[in-house]
Amino acid sequence: MSVVLEANNISIMFGGLKAVSNFSIKLEAGELVGLIGPNGAGKTTVFNMLTGIYNPSCGKIFISSSNGGMIDITSYKPHKITQSGIARTFQNIRLFKDLTVLDNVRIAFHSSVRYSAFDGIIRSSKYVEEEEKILVQSRNILSIFNLSNKQNELAKNLPYGEQRKLEIVRALATNPKLLLLDEPAAGMNPQETHELMNLIAYIRKEFNLTILLIEHDMSLVMGICERIIVLDYGQIIAEGTPSQISSNPKVIKAYLGGGDE
Amino acid sequence: MVFLQQIFNGLALGSVYALIALGYTMVYGIVRLINFAHGDILMLGAYTGFFILKSFGLSPLSLVIAIAVSMMICSFIGMGIEKTCYKPLRNSPRINALITAIGVSIVIENGAKVIPFIGPNPRVYPVLKPVNYTISGASVSQTQIIVFGVSIFLMIVLNYIVNFTKTGKAMRAVSLDKDAALLMGIDINKIISFTFAIGAALGAAAGVLYSLSYPSINPYMGIMPGLKAFVAAVLGGIGSIPGAMLGGFIMGIAETITRGYISSLWADAVAFAILIGMLLVKPAGIMGKNVREKV
Amino acid sequence: MRKNILTNFVYNLSIAVLIFVILALLIFSGIIDEYNGNLLVLSGIYLIVALSLNLITGFTGQLSLGQAGFMSIGAYSSAILMLNFKFPLILAVIFGGLITGFVGLIIGFPTLRLKGDYLAITTLGFGEIIRVAMINLSKLTGGAAGLKNIPKFPSSGDYILDVIINLTYIYVFAIIILAIVSNLLKSSPGRAIISVREDEIASSSMGVDIFYYKMFSFVLSAIIAGIGGGLYASYMGYINPDLFGFLNSVNYLVIVVLGGLGSLTGTVFSSVIFVYLQEWLRIFGDFRLVIFGLILIISMLFWPSGLMGTSEYSPSGFVKKLIKGQFTIESILSKAKQLLKKIISNKSRNIFKHNGGEGR
Repeated sequence: MSVVLEANNISIMFGGLKAVSNFSIKLEAGELVGLIGPNGAGKTTVFNMLTGIYNPSCGKIFISSSNGGMIDITSYKPHKITQSGIARTFQNIRLFKDLTVLDNVRIAFHSSVRYSAFDGIIRSSKYVEEEEKILVQSRNILSIFNLSNKQNELAKNLPYGEQRKLEIVRALATNPKLLLLDEPAAGMNPQETHELMNLIAYIRKEFNLTILLIEHDMSLVMGICERIIVLDYGQIIAEGTPSQISSNPKVIKAYLGGGDE
Repeated sequence: MVFLQQIFNGLALGSVYALIALGYTMVYGIVRLINFAHGDILMLGAYTGFFILKSFGLSPLSLVIAIAVSMMICSFIGMGIEKTCYKPLRNSPRINALITAIGVSIVIENGAKVIPFIGPNPRVYPVLKPVNYTISGASVSQTQIIVFGVSIFLMIVLNYIVNFTKTGKAMRAVSLDKDAALLMGIDINKIISFTFAIGAALGAAAGVLYSLSYPSINPYMGIMPGLKAFVAAVLGGIGSIPGAMLGGFIMGIAETITRGYISSLWADAVAFAILIGMLLVKPAGIMGKNVREKV
Repeated sequence: MRKNILTNFVYNLSIAVLIFVILALLIFSGIIDEYNGNLLVLSGIYLIVALSLNLITGFTGQLSLGQAGFMSIGAYSSAILMLNFKFPLILAVIFGGLITGFVGLIIGFPTLRLKGDYLAITTLGFGEIIRVAMINLSKLTGGAAGLKNIPKFPSSGDYILDVIINLTYIYVFAIIILAIVSNLLKSSPGRAIISVREDEIASSSMGVDIFYYKMFSFVLSAIIAGIGGGLYASYMGYINPDLFGFLNSVNYLVIVVLGGLGSLTGTVFSSVIFVYLQEWLRIFGDFRLVIFGLILIISMLFWPSGLMGTSEYSPSGFVKKLIKGQFTIESILSKAKQLLKKIISNKSRNIFKHNGGEGR
C-alpha cells in the first residue's frame, strides 16, 4: 500500500506556548483514521498545519504526488495544499453563507479551470465550454448527495445537517486524495450521526479517498475508524485500533468520557 | 546645537500629538471605530479657548480656565456625537460607522465655517511672551515648556484614571471583551460615553496648547494634526494607551527633524511614509499585540 | 449556453445603445440643456471610478480609501502623454490607466497582506503620499498649480454637439468597463474574487490563491480608476492636486456604499444621483457641505445597505421578460411596490457584516 500523507515530528508554538509537539503520522491510501483528544488538545491545530493555515515551526509534511514520489508541502500555502490533493471541512462550518449552494460547489472547481480571466471577460469559446463542464460537474455531485433541489438556495438557509453535508460535497469537488473532516458530527443526533457514518464509508469507496477525521462522538469514531490517534496537550499519547485505545489507561485517564459531550 | 533644538521642538509638538492620539486610541480600543471627527474636536477646543482668552486676556489663571472649560465643553460634545451618531451603529457593519464619522467631521468643519462667531477666516491666538531658556545650547520657549508640562500632567492623570480607578478598570475590560464586561455587570453605554468624553477632553486641551504654539486658527485646522496623531496612534499600537503616547512623541520628533534637515514640503508625506512602513513591518504597532484569528 | 450568451449580449447592447440614443436626442433637442448634459458626462466619469472602487471593496472585500490617488495618477499620466508626447486622446487615457495599474501593482504588493482597518488606513496613506508627490514633483506635474490646456475631446464648434461628443466618449468607456467587470464577476476568476470577500480561509481551502486575486482585483481597479482620471483630465481641460484628495476618495466610497456595496446596478444609479445631489446642494450656498455631511450621517443610520444591497438588475433580463410578455400593469406595479418596500425597509444585504478584521 502506498503512503498518501506523512508528517514527521511537526510542532508549532504560539507565543511561548507549544501547542503541538512532535506530531507524526503516516497515512496509507484508503485508510480511515480518527484523531481524538480532549478539548484544547491541539487536534484542529494539527489540521491547520496539514492544510497550510499554520506553518509548523519544525518538522516536515509530505504528500504523495501523482507520479509516485512524495512532495514536501511543509511551507505550502493553503490553496497550494488543496491543489496538491488535501481537502478539509471546518469545525465551525465555513460555507460561503450568502452564496448559493451551486456557487459554493462551483468555486471548488476553480483550480481545474483552464481559462483565464481574459477568456471570461470576452466570453470566448474556451470559457463557454469550461463553464458548461463546471455546471454539469457541480450539478452531478450535488445530485449524488441529494442536494439538487436546493442548488439555488443560499447556503445559510439550509438546515444544519445539510450545511455540513454541503461542506463535505464542496471539499470533494476539489478532487482530493486525502480528506480531513473536523468534527463532522458536531451538533448531530444519533440518527444523523448514523447517516453520516454511512456517508463517510460511501465517499471513501466511491471517491477513492483516504480520510482523517477529528471527532468527539465516540460512537462514530469507534464505529468507522480503523486506526485512532489520541492527542493530549499537543502530544500523541496513544495510537492503535479502537479496542486498543478504549482500553488504554493513559487515554482513559486523559479523556474517555464516552459519547457526546 | 541644532539637533538638540529639534529634539526639544519635537517633544513639545509630540506631546500635543500624544494627547490627540490618546483620543483615537481609546475610542478604537473600546468600539473599534476610527473616529475621523476627532481632529475636529481639536479645532473646537481651540476656538473655545480662544474666546475665553480673548475675553479675559492671557494670564496663568485664564489659561488654566481656558483649558479646563474647553475640555469640559468638548467632552460633552464628544459624548453627544457618540450618543446620536455612533451608538445606533454599534451593531452595524463598520464601514457604515466609518462613513458616519467622516460625515460628522464634514459637518463640524463646515458648520464651524458658517457659524457667525467662528467663520471661515483665520483668527490669531493670544500668545505668551517669547521668553526663552537655554538648555545645553538649545533654546526652549516658555510656551514649549508649558505645552509639554500640561500635556505630561494630563497624561499622568489619564494614566491614574485608567490604571487605578474602578472606572478605568471597567474601560480596560470593555476594550478587551465587550460582551464579557456586560456579563460582569458593567454598564457598557456609560463606559463608552466616558471614553469618548475623556478622548474629547484631551483633544480639546491639545487644541488650546497647539494654538499657543501655532497661533493661526481656522475651521480646518484639525485635519492635519488629527491625521498625524492618528498615524501616531497606529504607530504606537492602536488601542494601546502607552503606545499612543510613545507614538505621539515619535511623530513629533520625526516631523521636526524632517522640517529641519530635509524640507518642510515633504514633512507631511513623511508622516504617511512612517505609517505605511509601520503597517508593513508590524501592523500591531510598537506596543500592540498580534491577534490571531481562530480557525 | 452559447446561444444564451449571444442573446444576452444582443439585448444588453441594444438597451445600451437605446439609452444613449435617447440621451443624445434629449440633449440635441435642448430638453436636456448643456449644463445638465455636462452633469451626465461627469456622472459617467464618476461611475467609472466608483466601479473601480466597488470592484476592490464591494466584490473583493478590501476597503480602499485611496482611489482618488489612482485617479490622479491616471489623470496626470494621460495629460502628460498628450501634452509632452503628443499622444492621441484615447491612447493617452488607456496608457494612463496602464501606468496607474503598474503603480497599483507596486503599492498592492506589500499593502494587500494587511487586513481590515489596517489595509484601509494604508491605502489612505498612499493616496495622500501620491497627492503630496504630485505637489512636489513640480517640474513634471506643475506642482500645486497643476496642468492646464489639457487636450479635450474633439470639438465641433457647436456647443450642444460638443456635449454629445463628450457624452459619447465617456459613455462608450463606461459601458465597456461595466461589461468587463460584469463579465469578469460571472466567470470562475470572478467567483474566486467574491469568495475572497466571503471567507478568506474557506476560499483558500478551495484552492483559491487569495493573495493573487486580491492583487488582480486591486490592479484592475487601479487601471479603471486611472482611465477615469484620464477622461476627467480631458473633460476638465486642467487638473491640480487638490482635485484628488482624501475627500474625493470619500465621495467615491459614498457613491458605492449608497448604491450598494457589491451591486453594479446600484453604482450606476447612485453615480448619477450623487452628481445631481452635489449640484442640488449648491442652492444651500455655504451650508452645502454641512447638509452633505448630514445626509451622509442620516443615510448611514437609516440605509446601511444602500440602494440595492447586493442585488443586480440586468438589461437583458428586462428585455427577455418584455418579449415573453411577462409585463402586465399589475405585475409591474407589484414589482415596483416590492422594490420600494425593499429599499425603504432596507432588508438588503450588506457585505461588511462582521466586526473585527484587524492586523494580519
